[in-house]
Amino acid sequence: MADAYIYDAVRTPRGKGKKDGSLHEITGLSLATQVLEALRDRNDLDTSKVDDVILGCVTPVGELGADIARTAVLSAGWSQYTAGVQVNRFCASGLEAVNMAAAKVKSGESDFAVGGGVEVMSRVPMGSDMGAWPTDPSSAFPTYFVPQGVSADMIATKYGFSRDDVDAYSVESHKRAARSWAEGRFNKSVIAVKDQLGLTILDRDETIRPNTDMQTLGGLNPSFTMMGEMAFDSVINQRYPEVERVNHVHTPGNSSGIVDGSAGVLIGSLEAGRALGLKPRAKILGGASIGSEPSIMLTGPEYVSKKLLGKLGMTTDDIDLWELNEAFAAVVLRYMQAMNIPHDKMNVCGGAIAMGHPLGATGAIITGTVLDELERSNKSTALITLCIGGGMGTATVIERV
Amino acid sequence: MENFKIDIDADGIAVIAFDVPGRSMNTLTSAVMKEIPELVERIKTDETIKGAVITSGKASGFCAGADLGDMAGGVLSGGGDLQKAFDAGWALNGAFRALETCGKPVAAAINGLALGGGLEFTLACHYRVVENDNKIQLGLPEIKVGLFPGGGGTQRLTRLVGVQNAMMAMSEGKSFRPNDAKGAGIVHEVVEKGQSVEAAKAWIKNGGKAVQPWDDKSFKLPGGGPYHPAGIQNFMVGNAMLRKQSYGNYPAVVNLMKAVYEGTQVPMDAALRIETRYFIKTLMTPQAQAMIRSLFLSKQELDKGAVRPAGVPKSDPKKVSVLGAGMMGAGIAYVQVMAGIETVLIDQTQEAADKGKAHVEELLKKRLSRGQMTQEKYDATLALVTATTDYDHIKGSDLVIEAVFENREIKADVTKRAEAQLVEGAVFGSNTSTLPITGLAEASVRPEDFIGIHFFSPVDKMMLVEIILGEKTGQAAIAKALDYVLKIKKTPIVVNDSRGFYTSRCFSTFLMEGMAMLEEGYGPALIDNVGRMTGMPRGPLEMHDDVALDLSYKIAKQTALDLGDKYVPTEGADIVAKMVEGGRYGRKNGKGFYDYDTKPKTIWKGLSELAPTTKGIDAPEEPGAFAQIDELKTRLLYRQAVEVARCWAEGVIDDPREADLGAILGWGFAPWTGGPISMIDGIGLAKFVETADRLAATYGDRFKVPELLRDMAAKNETFYGRFAPEKAAA
Repeated sequence: MADAYIYDAVRTPRGKGKKDGSLHEITGLSLATQVLEALRDRNDLDTSKVDDVILGCVTPVGELGADIARTAVLSAGWSQYTAGVQVNRFCASGLEAVNMAAAKVKSGESDFAVGGGVEVMSRVPMGSDMGAWPTDPSSAFPTYFVPQGVSADMIATKYGFSRDDVDAYSVESHKRAARSWAEGRFNKSVIAVKDQLGLTILDRDETIRPNTDMQTLGGLNPSFTMMGEMAFDSVINQRYPEVERVNHVHTPGNSSGIVDGSAGVLIGSLEAGRALGLKPRAKILGGASIGSEPSIMLTGPEYVSKKLLGKLGMTTDDIDLWELNEAFAAVVLRYMQAMNIPHDKMNVCGGAIAMGHPLGATGAIITGTVLDELERSNKSTALITLCIGGGMGTATVIERV
Repeated sequence: MENFKIDIDADGIAVIAFDVPGRSMNTLTSAVMKEIPELVERIKTDETIKGAVITSGKASGFCAGADLGDMAGGVLSGGGDLQKAFDAGWALNGAFRALETCGKPVAAAINGLALGGGLEFTLACHYRVVENDNKIQLGLPEIKVGLFPGGGGTQRLTRLVGVQNAMMAMSEGKSFRPNDAKGAGIVHEVVEKGQSVEAAKAWIKNGGKAVQPWDDKSFKLPGGGPYHPAGIQNFMVGNAMLRKQSYGNYPAVVNLMKAVYEGTQVPMDAALRIETRYFIKTLMTPQAQAMIRSLFLSKQELDKGAVRPAGVPKSDPKKVSVLGAGMMGAGIAYVQVMAGIETVLIDQTQEAADKGKAHVEELLKKRLSRGQMTQEKYDATLALVTATTDYDHIKGSDLVIEAVFENREIKADVTKRAEAQLVEGAVFGSNTSTLPITGLAEASVRPEDFIGIHFFSPVDKMMLVEIILGEKTGQAAIAKALDYVLKIKKTPIVVNDSRGFYTSRCFSTFLMEGMAMLEEGYGPALIDNVGRMTGMPRGPLEMHDDVALDLSYKIAKQTALDLGDKYVPTEGADIVAKMVEGGRYGRKNGKGFYDYDTKPKTIWKGLSELAPTTKGIDAPEEPGAFAQIDELKTRLLYRQAVEVARCWAEGVIDDPREADLGAILGWGFAPWTGGPISMIDGIGLAKFVETADRLAATYGDRFKVPELLRDMAAKNETFYGRFAPEKAAA
């Protein structure tokens, strides 16, 4: 079996996912297209050698529907021989795409494949694709479905994180993101997004607030109190009866931001890279996914990380840097608590609380971010993981070469 | 046809009078269900019929719904053959569908209450006129007996009023008054009394269309279906609300939602097939079977006096005196005057007596302000109460009920003073909840006329009255007490004397099992959440707070005193003692297991020192977690059921209907079980005994079952089989 290597990773900056966001006037197809164009142009890539483009997308309806991956391949002027497939593993779709691309390379099905993702949350709102899980009583009832924010609040309550704890985490995320930009840590991956005239419309993540402090965050109202009190607190309480009452701590200030963005990671075998004269940057040691308890929903990263490390014969000590998507502050706090990981190895460049979480793209974004950081800080290994709707976790371990 | 009389007028309008022979009220009996297809066929094929008006031939109402006796008897069971069961269910649903697609305009003239299948019948008509009478209720209450509407109601009501409104009406089983029904869009027209048939005819003559809205091509579901951007919220939130209300204990609730969810995505014919499938599925659940039996059939029987001693002439209590004008006494006075009984309310001071009367006044005013009572009726009803300190007023009473402090001396004193005013044959009832009746009767000069009449608080809302027999209580007194309970429209059960009687004794085991868990090291939140999840109205800790910890403490002390050496302290009693000795009496002083100065109440922080939490539940990722929660639920329900079985073995109760209904109505025993006896029968005696034995071995002798149960298990018997009650007296 071949090994899978990362040759390049690019991403767009993340634009505020609202009508006044800079990327709101750019289509999702255009974002994905610009990512594929960059991968081709930066590597002088013969795209006919790329067998497949796998793009994660969580809301594949409207302009993101009907296989946005194949559409983007064609729109980017890639070889028509390159296939495209859109995948949906909710928030880990982008990482799932990376893992699938790696698996295709390892199995020999592909010589090169792209794993990436795209989401334009300002244009195709979250939830537009609806779906049976929360809606059909046949699935909602037996799984104790609650909205993610209520799950995150339950994590905070059950594992003892106060409003101050989650706010303090958020302050640090913004601080790290701002420092990373200031030090140019993202320069390698981020491509400027061009408008219809080809002029730069956004070249920086748009939602970072370097001056965020406890006071401003403390003034925000919890987002899920009303929904919880209406019924969902009782639902998750029936699954976690040891908890007296859900404490609602998550606000827009300590949860991942709603943004537009896209990313792609070019993955290939050593042989295929050599043939095109490309230099590998990291080896993908392995990837895994797991299902976890669906009501609390967001504890999967712990379980999938343990599963993957076990498969690879590694321990937490073997990992230099950790990247866990900051869906909600409590998710990361609980993960660090459960895995016994110090904060200075976790999300060292900041995360989605500061820079946003373009659902289907994030997994690919943070893969690039941590790779850049391994190179910058001259470290070797990283574990990338995300919590996922429906109660799942997906993880990947990479090692610099 | 026996149940429908057809009269065709000069305009070719067939007026169809629904009139089930030999019944005071129309219901959808199996005979009626067989005739409806015939009726529809006649309307469709008889060329002299241009349109039809369906109305009731009875003054009692239009139709009260399906005949649940027939239903429980298995008319739709298909003998276990699912295809046959579906076909039987479809017979009615298909006929209703045929009615609304017969091509001729059909109107319902609703001249009385229309509930359940009765309302569904009218929903299959193209037009509904209802008479303006506030006594008329329109609704789909099936959920209350563990079912949901299965005659097209889930589909037609939803299409008429939208998912949210329809689900609210069906999941709560609430009824609409005529004008509210019009406002909600359930009926088209409200007319004066006696005018419904004419109005229905007028609608036909004016060109009423023989097409239901949902058969029109342009039909859109109000509010949207499950995959409509607005409609989806009704399902997401609706699913959660239903779990919040039901804790997942009622298959009917989930199946109702499934029928609506799946049914609203397809055309009516398919929707009705889906509804029928889920209805049959629900009807076959043990929960539905047990709930129909206890909450409908048994209740109806007990409400008609099924347990009244035969041979004693019927009495009609006209004047009843109540001793003690506290919350209990005043509540009793209220239900009495509501039943037209002249009431003397006596207390030690005039002020206390007046306070009791003021409480009656307050409750009556509520009815007045809600339009449930006229000013005239209000005045007359309130005038039935005399508040006094003077025992002379008791003279002429058919019955006296004492509701004074739970103290033997005080009770003995009022008994003597009251009996002095009573003629022979008048009954003295004690509303004690704890003191054995035989002992109290010692103060009586006529112990054969002395009886326990145990009300539950709040009296105006709690439907049960527990009649307790002392050793010497006579048949006449039992009959008179029952006549009284039936007159005030409560459900009676009759039990024999025992410490705590039936209800208080068994209920306290629920509280004490919670205390035992606390002592074992389970956290208070876990115990109360699991308690709620069993289907009990509240968890054992919060309920104990409501009952008052000091009361529990005092009863335990009194019991210890009474029993002497034979007293065995209950597991968990220590915790109660520590709480009370620390000044924590429960909700009444704002300090119990919870603190009540916050809203919502919060678990008292100091409890973690008194009863440290050392046990928990595994992470739900671990396969054992659900089993651990289930074990706690099992303990809470089994502990009560074992006590019920002991009461049975000791002769405290001897009728499964009374045991079941007494538990549900008296102390809120999980209704989805149909009651503790139904629960034991449903689990099966052998399995129940096996589990109880395991619990006894693990947690203590309090789970030990009486020999009776082992005997029944060995013979493969059930309570309802071995102790089958005689059929209803009425």
